[in-house]
Amino acid sequence: MPNFTLNGISVDVPEGTTVLQAAKTVGIEIPHYCYHPNLSIAGNCRMCLVEVEKFPKLQIACNTVVTEGMVVKSDTEKVRQAVTGVLELMLINHPVDCPICDQAGECGLQIYYMKYGLHKSRFAFEDKVHKKKVQDIGGQIVLDAERCILCSRCIRFLQEVTGTSELEFFRRGDHSEISIFPGRPLDNQYTGNLADICPVGALTSKDFRFKCRVWFLRGTRSICPGCANGCNVEAHFKEDIVYRLKPRRNDDVNRTWMCDPGRLEYKKANEARLLTPVVRENGGLKAEAWEAALSFAAFRLWETVEAHGAASVAVIASPAFSNEELYLARKLAEEVLRTPNVGFSPRSSGNGLSDDFLIKADKNPNTRGAQLLGISEEKFDDIVRKIEGGEVKALLVFGNELADFPGERTAELLSRVPFVAQVGTNEGAVSLAAHAVLPSASFVERGGTFTNHAGRVQRFWMGFPPRGNARGGIEILVGLANRLGAGWTFAGEASVFRAIARSEAPFAGMSYESLGELGQIAGGKG
Amino acid sequence: MAIGVKKVARPRQMSGGETLYLLEILRGLGVTMGHLVRNVFRQENIATIEYPEVRRVMPPRFRGLHRLMRRPDGTPRCVACYCCATACPAVCITIVAGESPDPAVEKYPVRFDIDMLRCVFCGHCVEACPCDAIRMDTGWFTPPEHTREKLIYTIDMLLEK
Ligand code: SF4
Ligand code: SF4
Ligand code: SF4
Ligand code: SF4
Ligand code: FES
Repeated sequence: MPNFTLNGISVDVPEGTTVLQAAKTVGIEIPHYCYHPNLSIAGNCRMCLVEVEKFPKLQIACNTVVTEGMVVKSDTEKVRQAVTGVLELMLINHPVDCPICDQAGECGLQIYYMKYGLHKSRFAFEDKVHKKKVQDIGGQIVLDAERCILCSRCIRFLQEVTGTSELEFFRRGDHSEISIFPGRPLDNQYTGNLADICPVGALTSKDFRFKCRVWFLRGTRSICPGCANGCNVEAHFKEDIVYRLKPRRNDDVNRTWMCDPGRLEYKKANEARLLTPVVRENGGLKAEAWEAALSFAAFRLWETVEAHGAASVAVIASPAFSNEELYLARKLAEEVLRTPNVGFSPRSSGNGLSDDFLIKADKNPNTRGAQLLGISEEKFDDIVRKIEGGEVKALLVFGNELADFPGERTAELLSRVPFVAQVGTNEGAVSLAAHAVLPSASFVERGGTFTNHAGRVQRFWMGFPPRGNARGGIEILVGLANRLGAGWTFAGEASVFRAIARSEAPFAGMSYESLGELGQIAGGKG
Repeated sequence: MAIGVKKVARPRQMSGGETLYLLEILRGLGVTMGHLVRNVFRQENIATIEYPEVRRVMPPRFRGLHRLMRRPDGTPRCVACYCCATACPAVCITIVAGESPDPAVEKYPVRFDIDMLRCVFCGHCVEACPCDAIRMDTGWFTPPEHTREKLIYTIDMLLEK
């Protein structure tokens, strides 16, 4: 454990730590562009210069390993002047077209200019070297070569993470620019990350481009609902519209990356949403108040149990719901309806794409959670057979689709059941057939936990209250159960998770506090 | 604490002649007649103007109705940067940005509405604009309208001003 002094503070760091990393641990910010915690070190932007005693020249903090007794200063006038000089050099040919640049508001150049620059430009606009703007280079990315500060983060990402190497530096001197090879656009499933790691507005996201200024957005910690990998993300929204997902660092799951299809998952929270409870009676659809819709659904379930016995009722859970909701759904089936028919299917109509990095073939965020909570997949096929045989008289469906069935198959199956209630977020084959639609909150509108493919239980947080008249799944389930005489007192996801930790072996000993931001492996490990 | 008694001075009792007000009425009529005669013979000094045929000249820095500027080719100068909408304390500017077919322009406002009913004419939007695309130099204030909708000025109306 070498000990060194940084700006007069004595710091102990593990062997091999660089000055930049060490500074971060004690809350001292050293400006940097090319350094990225999950990429190799390039040391080419020269923003991180610091003074090291006994060295004649300034050193770059990102590539200087701490040694015993080192004395480093990052707050001297000499350092400040050097950083200002580097910044001025970078801005010489920069177009500074912030008004039309999507990066404005979260741009490395803007931030450091306000901190270390504030100089007047000594370079005439006419003398600037101009490069090609607005280039569609494939994937989710638009390139503006003029804005690039040549930090090489994007090149290293494509070499080290995806291994596809589509981007490279071309030409020399102040004509140097970043580009793809002619006729070979970006071709991988992780291009969106380039817009995140580019410290300036050279690489921007096609999807997010011009949709919203970043300073209007607020964020919440979340989990990507796109597949079983459970990448940690930050969901950015304005009022009740979600604009983008950005990866959140979790070195055990996704490091600082996420896949391109996952980035578009936010659209489901905006489009084709079920926003008000709907009841279908005597052939007509009617928007209802929550109280009436819940009472109607509960009454029909009770009526069916009374008339045909508990075995004529079935519950189809969904791996798109949180552990808390799945637990309550199972509890509702087992303890309130007393039916043995409760199952779920991890199959979904998604493309089934997978690779050996992040993307998993299972397109549900919580299949593992449903399995660990003892909800079975065989039971799903069993329920489908019973529906076909006309044995199921009332059905409670969670989610927007039935397994990977095409729309006609779902419609045909559900038409055999006299009463179908749905708890779901989006319009689809199930909502078209349901007799009672109970709209539930999207992943940004409620809190809870998902268990990823490796059994890691991870929290996601509520960003804003449910849109329209939708309600959190827990609230809906408690409402239904209590109308059936259960007397549940759960309020909020935390209380349900405490119950799970008490009664379900894989989750024993867990709490929201112990899960923290990065999650814990179910079964007591990690 | 004891309650103090305060003596209030009452106005003097008016005399019988005064209570008739006759003198005062005649004096008031005198002032009116004086103005009437003066206005008939020396019209250039009348304070009243014949709005709307005649309009008052506003001082040069008067902040009036907004207008959006055009480029030499007639397209809006505004690049939909949202700086004005960000600066606006009344939150009355609604912008929707779009990708321009001209790569030299790149970003342009598909929609640009100002809700004149909410605008407080502070001029922050003009100060914030990096492109001198919005000005408040039309020298006039919001005219009355019969419906609220007519007071939400769209991009076309703002470009026409
Ligand atoms: S990259 Fe940064 S400094 Fe350059 S135009 Fe964009 S926001 Fe402005
Ligand atoms: S495009 Fe962005 S990430 Fe790539 S070298 Fe330029 S500034 Fe760096
Ligand atoms: S004048 Fe003030 S209130 Fe009116 S649009 Fe401009 S910034 Fe908003
Ligand atoms: S500040 Fe100017 S350029 Fe920017 S959106 Fe407003 S009017 Fe348009
Ligand atoms: S961060 Fe050290 S040289 Fe770029």
